[in-house]
Amino acid sequence: MITILNEQRETHWPQAESHADSLWLDGQAIEQATGWSWKPEGLCQDDTCVALPQSSTSLVRNGRLDIAEMWRHMGYPVAHDAASSTWVLGTGSARRADALGTLEAPDFELPDLEGRKHRLSDYRGKKVLLATWASW
Amino acid sequence: MWQALFDDLKNSGFVILAVAMDQPEAAKPWIDAAAPKYPCLIDRDHHIADLYNMVNVPQAVWIDEAGRILRPPETAGSTDGFRQMDRSKFVMPDAAVAERDRLKSLYLEAVRDWAIKGSDSAHVLNAQQIAARLKKPDPAIAQAHTLFRLGQYLLRAGHEKEATTHFAAAIKLHPDSWNMFRQTLAKDPRGLASGPEFWARVDALGGRPYYAPIQIEGA
Repeated sequence: MITILNEQRETHWPQAESHADSLWLDGQAIEQATGWSWKPEGLCQDDTCVALPQSSTSLVRNGRLDIAEMWRHMGYPVAHDAASSTWVLGTGSARRADALGTLEAPDFELPDLEGRKHRLSDYRGKKVLLATWASW
Repeated sequence: MWQALFDDLKNSGFVILAVAMDQPEAAKPWIDAAAPKYPCLIDRDHHIADLYNMVNVPQAVWIDEAGRILRPPETAGSTDGFRQMDRSKFVMPDAAVAERDRLKSLYLEAVRDWAIKGSDSAHVLNAQQIAARLKKPDPAIAQAHTLFRLGQYLLRAGHEKEATTHFAAAIKLHPDSWNMFRQTLAKDPRGLASGPEFWARVDALGGRPYYAPIQIEGA
């Protein structure tokens, strides 16, 4: 069983394959695990499409894409724990920086102690002081 | 910290979203004791810090009714006065306490002013001012958050040893993050990450700040 973490997603893939630094997923799995779509023009999300590298033959096999290698090709961070088959496909700093640069507050969903989910965008129409704290 | 302010301002179209960069079981006693009327969210993976490039607590962001940032992440009223404390007694000199209280009041008054006046508040920054203050993440920071996320997941799955390795790598890549360092440091019986390792890291700052100084009129 392979676990993939991306943004706030956590998905589990009994059929997925990984070898060393490669993680092979089909288009449907890529979409569910990352929110990106594998299209003829490349890997796409919102208005962004990133073409597969020139040597893309090594990235595509039996209808699956090596999403870890593609992630690195995009300049996005990858972290991997081999023993538990857990992969984190992180978001690149340039994309984070661009999002902040628009001054649109990045949206998120987090639970309270009762497990109730709150989205920042639920509070549109109010002034929001987003304030962090910690017990430590 | 925020309850009195929220009580005063909740009818002004203002809300506080308090986000604990913390494990739920560690945050719970504090939330239970304070019983705030505003939402208290738990961010065990420090996702907000990843999205907003935050490095410490307390940091706050001002967001308007349309979801636009009016002030980027900044220190929400804390000061470096704690660095002068008697570490055995956990007591700060009177002058450092007074200066902290003065700056905290200034910050809270600025929030109050914005909550009442909205974009007419003198404390609301324009796009150029925000761009000048906004700290953007670099690839090392993005990789650090990815490793931290992996570590938190492994910790919950019972793989403490592997988690520790990933946390150490994350902290090395993102040395400015006190969030990552203190979240993962061994805690004392009070639940505080304020032992010798913490102080050694604070001392290693030398002339650099622990809390970025508050940039507000009168500060």
